[in-house]
Amino acid sequence: MSYLEVNDLKVHFPVKGGIFGRTVDHIKAVDGVSISLEKGKTYGLVGESGSGKSTTGRAIIGLNNITSGQVIFEGEDITNVKRTKSEATKNIQMIFQDPYSSLNPKKRVVDIVSEPLRNFENLTRKEERKRVSELLELVGLSPESILKYPHEFSGGQRQRIGIARAIALKPKLIIADEPVSALDVSVQAQVLNFMKEIQKELDLTYLFISHDLGVIKHMCDDIGIMYKGRYVEEGTADDIFSNPQHIYTKRLVAAIPDIDPNKREEKRKFREEVKTEYDQSYNDYFDEEGLAYKLQPISDTHYVALPEKG
Amino acid sequence: MADKLLEIKNLTTSFRIKDDYHAAVDNLSLTVNKNEVLAIVGESGCGKSALAFSIMGLHTRAKIDGDILYRDKNIAKMTPAELNKVRGKDIGMIFQDPLTSLNPLMQIDEQIGETILLHNKEMSKSARQERVLDLLNKVGIPRPEYVMNQFPHELSGGMRQRVMIAMAIANKPELLIADEPTTALDVTIQSQILDLINKLKNEMNSGIVLITHDLGVVAEMADRVAVMYAGQIVEVADVKTLFANPKHPYTRSLLNSVPSGNEEQDQLHVIQGIVPSLQNLPREGCRFSARIPWVDDSAHEKHPELREVAPGHLVRCTCYKHFSFPDASKEEQHVLS
Repeated sequence: MSYLEVNDLKVHFPVKGGIFGRTVDHIKAVDGVSISLEKGKTYGLVGESGSGKSTTGRAIIGLNNITSGQVIFEGEDITNVKRTKSEATKNIQMIFQDPYSSLNPKKRVVDIVSEPLRNFENLTRKEERKRVSELLELVGLSPESILKYPHEFSGGQRQRIGIARAIALKPKLIIADEPVSALDVSVQAQVLNFMKEIQKELDLTYLFISHDLGVIKHMCDDIGIMYKGRYVEEGTADDIFSNPQHIYTKRLVAAIPDIDPNKREEKRKFREEVKTEYDQSYNDYFDEEGLAYKLQPISDTHYVALPEKG
Repeated sequence: MADKLLEIKNLTTSFRIKDDYHAAVDNLSLTVNKNEVLAIVGESGCGKSALAFSIMGLHTRAKIDGDILYRDKNIAKMTPAELNKVRGKDIGMIFQDPLTSLNPLMQIDEQIGETILLHNKEMSKSARQERVLDLLNKVGIPRPEYVMNQFPHELSGGMRQRVMIAMAIANKPELLIADEPTTALDVTIQSQILDLINKLKNEMNSGIVLITHDLGVVAEMADRVAVMYAGQIVEVADVKTLFANPKHPYTRSLLNSVPSGNEEQDQLHVIQGIVPSLQNLPREGCRFSARIPWVDDSAHEKHPELREVAPGHLVRCTCYKHFSFPDASKEEQHVLS
């Protein structure tokens, strides 16, 4: 049994219409996603905007209602369980994308970081202060910053406050939704390094959601690629980057800008080839609705969405 | 000899904060040639956008000193009326955020049509519509007849960015300023937009100023690169030299902090500290010195200047000669302190 297991997860949002506001249709944001995640590993969820990767993350932690499917964490079914004060809420925490809007501007750092503590643990004011200063020290912020407001910090520092909040309850699984997308490269490096450090220190498991394949490659052990709510390919980092099978994955990998200007022309030609291949074989890889097929195994770790061979 | 399109001489753009002027762009000189992509790189807060807005004359409250010569006309000294004749016609700009830069109440055809109308009053309405259609086709928008009558909120991020580009190139500008044109976009769309800008460059022979913090984009697009830190240019070189043989500590730190994915690097390089805010800019000495404290003070110049170290390769300050990255164990201490 894996540490976190998601079976055939579906999240559909109703579309209301007509004069009575009846449900006329559904948007299938997530349509049959299965993930299994081992303890201490980092799993990367990749896709373009609108592919349903964030919705998947939010559904696992309970911020979106799950239409069907199962989420099993440490052997316990936590699908649509009322999450107030349950163990799972404590053990699964989230780091949000935008450090500018995910911290309440009217609250001081001490109140932001201690909010989860107040929800779950009965601490005296003194103990609470002590815990918050410990957490801030852990994320590399000075103890004086405890009484400051979010606007007094830079982007990277704010993201670390968000991380301090996420690790306050000593969680086991952290869902990081585009944690560095809003940051500059140098700050991004800071946050990524730090996330790796605390992973070792606190024995954390990450579900890392991002559209930046460079970051994913740097951070993740296993990767799932999503397109329109479904998986197109899943495998180890090596499977995906060295041996992409699905045409969509190939295109995604080809689109990563190369840091070497000498390979520019080569890269551009390669991209055009992949684009032509994509246009030509689109119908072989996607069904009539333009959705991906079911995943088929091509090796022990590597799964690709291909039509069933008849 | 390369055909000079834009020449910036000793440009200083300063903002007034609490009765004192602070320079966001500090005594900066640059040239952009025809048929060339000049990339300007740096972290946020380095003055890249302040520079772009100065070239376009979009600062309303800033004090601008120095000269911005476009084909021997000084843009910096123009009246707003004169400027309006150049802006949008000879010089086009692609803004960073397509959602806030488009008018939400105007249909796409009107928005693009307006840019054409302002510089070509005689053109008939039907001819203008035709031109809009042509532009939308050119930037690769599918079903342009349909998109023309839509509003910005009905389009996706990538499509909006294409509309922005269509507007910027509507009057076939000789100079195109692209301020983080792909930062808000997905990789696949990013590569499409970059290819598009490249195609336009080759078609119209324009000069392009590409402002970005993404070094991957620089490697893909640029001919020459200027690295900016705290309002100053710290290094200029052609793109191959810059990536193969970077000199300034800031350039090297930036290059080192990108996850390359090629080798098994567990830790990325972190530049200590943050870009100083306008009020806290060091008034003298090397501005980058605070972020590389392990380099001895004597390595820096008192008044650092840009010097040519090889033909076309300019570096500010002498500290690059003495710079090396601290070893990994030291690094850790820096990160935690």
